[in-house]
Amino acid sequence: MFDGYTASELVSIFVMQGFAGLILFSVFLLMALGLAIIFGQMGVINMAHGEFMILGAYMTYLTSHVFKGAFPGIYGAYFLVAIVVAALAGAALGWLLEWALIRHLYHRPLDTLLATWGVSMILQQIYRSIFGAREVGVELPDWLMGAFHLSDTIELPVNGVFVFALTAAISTIILFMMFRSRWGLQVRAVVQNRPMAGAAGINGTRVDRMTFALGCGVASIAGAAFTMIGSTGPTAGQLYIVDTFLVVVFGGAQSLFGTIASAFSISQSQSSLEFFMSGSMAKVFTLLTVVGILLLRPQGLFVLKMRK
Amino acid sequence: MTSHPHVLPGRLAYFTGSRSERGALLAFAVLILVLLPLGLDVFRLNIFGKYLTYAFVAVGLVLCWGLGGILSLGQGVFFGLGGYCMAMFLKLEASDPVSTAIQSTPGIPDFMDWNQLTALPWFWEPFHSLAFTLVAVIVVPTVFAFVLGSALFHRRVGGVYFAIITQAVASILSILIVGQQGLTGGLNGITDLRTLLGWDIRSDAAKYVLYYVNAFLLLAVILGGAYIRNCKLGRILVGIRDQEDRVRFTGYNVAAFKTFIFCVAAAFSAIGGAMFTLQVGFMSPTFVGIVPSIEMVVFCAVGGRLSLVGAAVGTLVVNFAKTTFSESFPELWLFAMGALFIGVVSAFPLGLAGLYERHLAPRLSRWRQGGSAAAVLSSTPGE
Repeated sequence: MFDGYTASELVSIFVMQGFAGLILFSVFLLMALGLAIIFGQMGVINMAHGEFMILGAYMTYLTSHVFKGAFPGIYGAYFLVAIVVAALAGAALGWLLEWALIRHLYHRPLDTLLATWGVSMILQQIYRSIFGAREVGVELPDWLMGAFHLSDTIELPVNGVFVFALTAAISTIILFMMFRSRWGLQVRAVVQNRPMAGAAGINGTRVDRMTFALGCGVASIAGAAFTMIGSTGPTAGQLYIVDTFLVVVFGGAQSLFGTIASAFSISQSQSSLEFFMSGSMAKVFTLLTVVGILLLRPQGLFVLKMRK
Repeated sequence: MTSHPHVLPGRLAYFTGSRSERGALLAFAVLILVLLPLGLDVFRLNIFGKYLTYAFVAVGLVLCWGLGGILSLGQGVFFGLGGYCMAMFLKLEASDPVSTAIQSTPGIPDFMDWNQLTALPWFWEPFHSLAFTLVAVIVVPTVFAFVLGSALFHRRVGGVYFAIITQAVASILSILIVGQQGLTGGLNGITDLRTLLGWDIRSDAAKYVLYYVNAFLLLAVILGGAYIRNCKLGRILVGIRDQEDRVRFTGYNVAAFKTFIFCVAAAFSAIGGAMFTLQVGFMSPTFVGIVPSIEMVVFCAVGGRLSLVGAAVGTLVVNFAKTTFSESFPELWLFAMGALFIGVVSAFPLGLAGLYERHLAPRLSRWRQGGSAAAVLSSTPGE
């Protein structure tokens, strides 16, 4: 497998593939964080999560068009606005979905799974009707073009570095909110013991809705970041949803650090393997390993110990 | 599995259940054995035969999901494995050295030749034998389900975790089949299947024969499912679904029961897959992945997750609607399908069968009692 490469070439390959893995890691992590929060707190499986990501991507696409038409002078700044627009749109739709559908199904987790799959089909068709079946891409602003040259054989694209920095920032904010803010305290209380949290005066229903909206908003930010590295089609979200669920389950539900660790290991192994075998086989190999580990250790990598 | 005559009177009652179930089964049998073949030309009948192969999966899901509470989002895997086993046999028969003489390596399937393979892969070799194939159709998916089920259920993985892992397995298998084009035929699948032991499966007569074989197999599977549900095993499964811990503390090996019913559902799906290959003439990874697997759950949910006949009827209804709608309004169909998912789950969790039981059945029995009360009284469920 390593025949025919010199040592320095191998280092370059691993650095470059490792970086490609970091970009995949960023998308996985932003998707999985939202999912992990929702799943961890409410036990709800949101199969439409991928469509929230695509919503963010389309919002970025729209914002870039608005900027191109109305403010061509400051076109370079559109992406920063797009992130905010995407987050707000995702959160609003998530809020609506929780109110209209999810809250009626809390006691039937398997049924939520099917119902949200229906939601995802409807959203896909809406995207297809509005934006067309073909994939759309955005123009990168100038400051995200180009690459950092670290050595003769290693170069890192600027957009990738930016996406990774964005992910790091969002994850830090989420972890900070979960473990330092009053809202996070309420969320953790509800996760651990819903009736007792209610007895202590925490409005569980409101916390649920906030959490669901937040998770969907983060997924939309993932979609905005996704436009920096690829084009978007109506069904692109579905390609990621299974991987993302595996990330959450593999990390151990209800453990955000576990989610980060598993997103990192899955994305890195997949992108490193991709160089040496075909993309599909790399994916099969990675997923098989994850499923194999889950067969042996179904609770995932990290477990939050608590009484049931 | 032994019978337990002390639970219900009469041996036949195990297979037929209550009076309304018996009526439904009889009506369904008349529909698929008499009405459809009389009312449809051979082309349409073949399409309905295809729908009926999905019904095997739906019936399996009634046992595994409705009865046992195990939601598998990977039933397409078993449908596909059964179908691929059958397709491998038919493909080998279609690729004899004479008819593949123009290939650079005659005697191997055409897609292997296109992918520069020069010899038949080892796992294709046994599929020269029909007997081996027929055994493999059932055994391969069942063993696979057993490995998956026993590993997960013994570690007490259930509910949504199980659903996600089965979904990942469906995803892995479909990526694998698409990726290994030389071994599996890739995205196109295994196509151009012609004969079964020299008998042309594409002729009109063969289509009628295969339709009836399929229909009788489906009825047999439904009866087998009814037997499982009505005997003691079925009661234990319902107990596991509703209060798993209590059943475990009573001393039952919960994992063994769950694994068993999961394997039964897999075997049923595999029969459907093999019949699909025979009737439609090809097998492809589009029936293995996530989307078909979850659609099959919806067939079951629409028909009624607790009713074996209901699930089969639901499969027919949804597929017929899909074909009719998507021909004329392809856009509306996805909206309708999505709404169906949401509606069935949130408003009618028991599906068509539930609606029938709640609204139509009481009226029917009232009307019947008004008509001939004596006849109702004299008939007992054990007959």
